Amino acid sequence: MHPAYSVIIFTTFSGAGYGLLFLMGLFAAGQWIEPDRWFGFTGFFLSFTMVVSGLLASTFHLGHPERAWRALSQWKSSWLSREGVLAIAGFVPFSLFAFGWVIYESHDGAWRLFAILTVLFAVLTVYATSMIYATLRTIRAWFNRHTVRIYLAFAIWTGSVWFNMLAHLFDLHTPGIGMIVVVTGVLALWLKRKYWVFLDTSPTWVPAESATGLGDLGKVRLLDAPNTQENYVQKEMGFSIARKHSVKLRRWAFFGYFLIPWLLAVGTVEAEPWLKIPAAILAVVVMMAGTMLERWLFFAEAKHTVNLYYGAQDS
Amino acid sequence: MTQIPVNTTGKKLGLVIDLDICVGCHACAVNCKEWNTGGHSAPLPDTDPFGENADGVWFNRVHTFECGDGADSRTVHFPRSCMHCEEPACVEVCPTGASYKRAEDGIVLVNEDICIGCKLCSWACPYGAREYDGDAGVMKKCTLCIDRIYNENLEEVDRVPACVSTCPVNARHFGDLGDPNSDVSRMVEDRGGYDLMPELQYAPVNKYLPPRPKSTGYEDDRPRQLKPIEPTVSGEDAGGLFRWLDKVLTR
Repeated sequence: MHPAYSVIIFTTFSGAGYGLLFLMGLFAAGQWIEPDRWFGFTGFFLSFTMVVSGLLASTFHLGHPERAWRALSQWKSSWLSREGVLAIAGFVPFSLFAFGWVIYESHDGAWRLFAILTVLFAVLTVYATSMIYATLRTIRAWFNRHTVRIYLAFAIWTGSVWFNMLAHLFDLHTPGIGMIVVVTGVLALWLKRKYWVFLDTSPTWVPAESATGLGDLGKVRLLDAPNTQENYVQKEMGFSIARKHSVKLRRWAFFGYFLIPWLLAVGTVEAEPWLKIPAAILAVVVMMAGTMLERWLFFAEAKHTVNLYYGAQDS
Repeated sequence: MTQIPVNTTGKKLGLVIDLDICVGCHACAVNCKEWNTGGHSAPLPDTDPFGENADGVWFNRVHTFECGDGADSRTVHFPRSCMHCEEPACVEVCPTGASYKRAEDGIVLVNEDICIGCKLCSWACPYGAREYDGDAGVMKKCTLCIDRIYNENLEEVDRVPACVSTCPVNARHFGDLGDPNSDVSRMVEDRGGYDLMPELQYAPVNKYLPPRPKSTGYEDDRPRQLKPIEPTVSGEDAGGLFRWLDKVLTR
């Protein structure tokens, strides 16, 4: 599949934004964090910016961005529509939760309820995003049980690296944050490695013989394509650069999305502020770049069944 | 609207394509383009039509495959267009309701006035039937020539999709595949018509008729071998005047 930059930026940033909101909601609901005004303000500012810019980026690849509001209408059948509805509805509890934290510096009573709703909407929105991909039977690399888990795990992992940076910036001593970083990083790594093993070992999804139904006559090969230059379908669905370099790219992604940020964040938990703050910021930068590469691979490594009509032997 | 209609008439309009007969002339693809660039989804873009990067929307494309090896190999021409599936994932994923399946005849269409051009439907289609129009910013696809099949301004014989009307060898057939007694349904029954990628369970309405078994003309299936033609006249055994002439000329 052709990796559209707008979709890669959207899923990476909105994932991190929802992950950060999820963790802020979780820690507030559990009363594990002090409702410090400026910590809250910065956290909400960052997460709202990431979620909103992600949503805006996702409209860049539309043919008619001015009609984007119409995408909210088909929530009964379409996961893309559900994602849009949840993303917008979520701003009600997010805003009220932020209001209580920043203005009243409170996590009690009704504000706690909004923290719980924030946790819920953050999970549901990322879940809806992942289901857009996980329900496409045409793409084996997405149509499997790994897709949803990876989207959720990466949202929480990337959110936790941001959360860790904020905690260091505001000198918050919340032991749970370091633990969350350790656990969710390993979880994201483990799930992604399981996914790549699945991708490398899964048998042919749809064989070329089934695409044409001509298997009884013997091996089917493309002799002549309908068009001499690539058409829309080939450009959109026929990307193959990543598969050629997948081993190298996966290794870079591993260093970027996991190893470097994880070591930077975990290794400096007890360090002096002059060391741990730059380390935590660097961890965020490397992690976002690595996650974008991971997301790029998620698209670029995915094979679509339509390529069977253009000479591919398996899908 | 993008939910699949439950209360249908049972009518399933579609195409039956005979792979035994198709000669790969691309006339169906050309006439499809010709009709539809002035029809329901007009215009169909053509960018850089005479240059090196020719591109454009076509609803119907003809592939040519080679099957098997050696003397048993076959060349099969393979037209491909929208299957008007009974379970069209392209319709279910549409966030705006622009893609829909008609309850009255099962035709899958795009309402270009509300399509936002997110392209998700083209990802959901396993057959590559949907092509994006970058000029209009909307998705386009085969309409089963909805503007021909119900068009009372046309002679009755012409109320078939453009691809069917133009096929010079009668390899394409149009009809109601929901009616077991229709010509197309009987054809599918007799010839073992099949679905493409049935394992994905989109229940395509269009059916393909397989190439008939190859006939060699010999009972024992040996490849036909022609005897070399014996020369009737050669310099060695010719006599008289020609033998003398041959001698003179070869000297």
